[in-house]
Amino acid sequence: MSRRFGRTRALHDVSLTCGPGEALALVGPNGAGKSTLLTLLSTLGRPTSGAILFDGRSAAAWGPALRARFGVLGHDVSLYPELSARENLTFFGRLFGAPDLGSRVQHALASAGLEKRADAPVATFSRGMRQRLAIERALLHGPDILLFDEPFTGLDESASESLIARLAGARDAGACILFSSHDFEHAERIATRVARLDAGRLSWLSGSGPLRDRYRQAEHRDSPQL
Amino acid sequence: MNLVLLAAAAMFAAAPWLIMRAPQEATMGLIQKIFYFHVPAAFTMFVSAFVSGIAGAMYLFRRSARAERVCAAAGELVVIFGAIVLLTGPIWARKAWGVWWQWDARLTITLVMWLIFVAFLLLRKYGGPGSETLSAAVALFGMANVPFVYWSVNIWRTVHPTTNVVPSLGPGMREAFWWCVSAYLLFYVALLAARMKLEEQRAALDELHFEVGAE
Amino acid sequence: MKILAAAWLIARKDFTIEARSREIIATAAFFAVACVLVFAFSLVREGRAPEGVAAGVLWIGIAFSGTLSLARLFERERAHDTLRTLLLAPVERPAVYLGKLLAVVMLMAAVGAVLLPFTGFLFDQGVIGAAPGLALVMVLGILGYAAVGTLFAAMLGRSRSRDVLLPVLLYPMTVPVLIAGVRATAALLDAAGPDWATARLWIGVLAAFDAVFVTLALWTFEAVMEE
Repeated sequence: MSRRFGRTRALHDVSLTCGPGEALALVGPNGAGKSTLLTLLSTLGRPTSGAILFDGRSAAAWGPALRARFGVLGHDVSLYPELSARENLTFFGRLFGAPDLGSRVQHALASAGLEKRADAPVATFSRGMRQRLAIERALLHGPDILLFDEPFTGLDESASESLIARLAGARDAGACILFSSHDFEHAERIATRVARLDAGRLSWLSGSGPLRDRYRQAEHRDSPQL
Repeated sequence: MNLVLLAAAAMFAAAPWLIMRAPQEATMGLIQKIFYFHVPAAFTMFVSAFVSGIAGAMYLFRRSARAERVCAAAGELVVIFGAIVLLTGPIWARKAWGVWWQWDARLTITLVMWLIFVAFLLLRKYGGPGSETLSAAVALFGMANVPFVYWSVNIWRTVHPTTNVVPSLGPGMREAFWWCVSAYLLFYVALLAARMKLEEQRAALDELHFEVGAE
Repeated sequence: MKILAAAWLIARKDFTIEARSREIIATAAFFAVACVLVFAFSLVREGRAPEGVAAGVLWIGIAFSGTLSLARLFERERAHDTLRTLLLAPVERPAVYLGKLLAVVMLMAAVGAVLLPFTGFLFDQGVIGAAPGLALVMVLGILGYAAVGTLFAAMLGRSRSRDVLLPVLLYPMTVPVLIAGVRATAALLDAAGPDWATARLWIGVLAAFDAVFVTLALWTFEAVMEE
């Protein structure tokens, strides 16, 4: 599929599949089209050409029910700063139709490490706390298609470790995960496959060896030889 | 397409002669002759607003690039033909009513439609990425607004010559009038086609950009 | 989750936020009052306001402060990208429009409830006699204004220069609401007692406008919000 915005081609003939139990990492420079790709996959946008199928059916054929399967974390946290952590989770949980919400929210607050601040407005939270809460918000309703844009932003070492464990756990439980990351070490530990996006073109980083080296090789191969 | 433009140009060239030959209207005299330009321009403007609105709806629901071009081109033409109406109207009104402007139903609706489509152009120019979709919705809403503006201003006040002026036109006047309406509509079609062609070529140029850039 | 339940959930969330910060209601109401004062200063001659201007001044206050409320209410959804998450909820997307519309109407009605007695007081108009009629006219007028405004404010969220473009698009589009609102209010404030026949005519225009534009907005919302 492709996506253009006027004169700029954000994605160029990108083709990928992601099955249950797979985690796909997207790496690449800023503006390469990673966020655009995740936006299109979450059905917030439509490709200029091509199609996106979920279990062989288009989003239009699925209807709104499809969106209950998505867990989306955008580049911003998508939380209301005036509301408390608990209120944010309860609001989004109810909107997304999460069952037995009370215990889920309690559990989510615990895994975000925010039990003590549960009733404080999100405006008073640090970037890392917000990010942890945003991750819980995205996972609250038990989605099986995870679309995470730079999930490690603002997380400290221990929070990153627990996110890696969460995502790896979700992957092994049969979820399909697509995430973008600048951090090769983190990406490597979750991803079953890694794709590199550069100027809207997607290429797979196959082979073995550290991801960083494979990325550098691909970058070198694609850059114009002078 | 050039043929249509040529025909429109020929009709416009012949129009002054027909208008001159048409009999003078008894009460208004010479100033009535502005009617041959004023009314066809207004007519064309409303046709264009409907074309733009319907194309806008088609773009929103079918995402056809062609409908988007029609919507944009027709929207621009609403502003151009509206400007003709809004310039010729007061010239007539000054003579007929003694004032430049009257808050009459048809004047007001023309002004409001013109403003809506000026806003449409402002959105397209300054709205940034994604403004095609938004402006298509504005065109659709603008079209839906026509009966409401008309209805509300009509209750409010009406002094404009009513629509039954047209069927009551005397011989000689009628031919000149319909001649001018046809000339305007032909001219409109030619302009719309030219504007769309420009957009198509721009899209083709973008395509070439992509292909060159992709190397 | 049903559309109406989701819409109500979204609107209630906006009320909770507004009840906590009171930012929009305070600034919009103050702004509306300031508008009325500016008009009072420019219209009042020799200590008296000319007859029949109160209705116009009232609706200018509602329209201007309405733009402010709309812009702020959607800025809250834009600031942390929450609008996109609302659109990802597993309900029909027009539910998001309905929820925001409800919040906008309630906020604007609250401002209107302050503005109406204030304008009556300044321009020496008895608003109590025709209060039910005036309330109906205001709710219908505000609904029509907000029906168009909510859709435009939502779609301008992604746009550059949205602050300028919202009033630029909204004012010409809502001319029928303003004319009908002003005329109906003027008829109800008539010095010789409320003129119900005229008011009914205008209320009909407002109701038809509301029906058509709410329907049109619900119908186009999903297509317009697509990135």
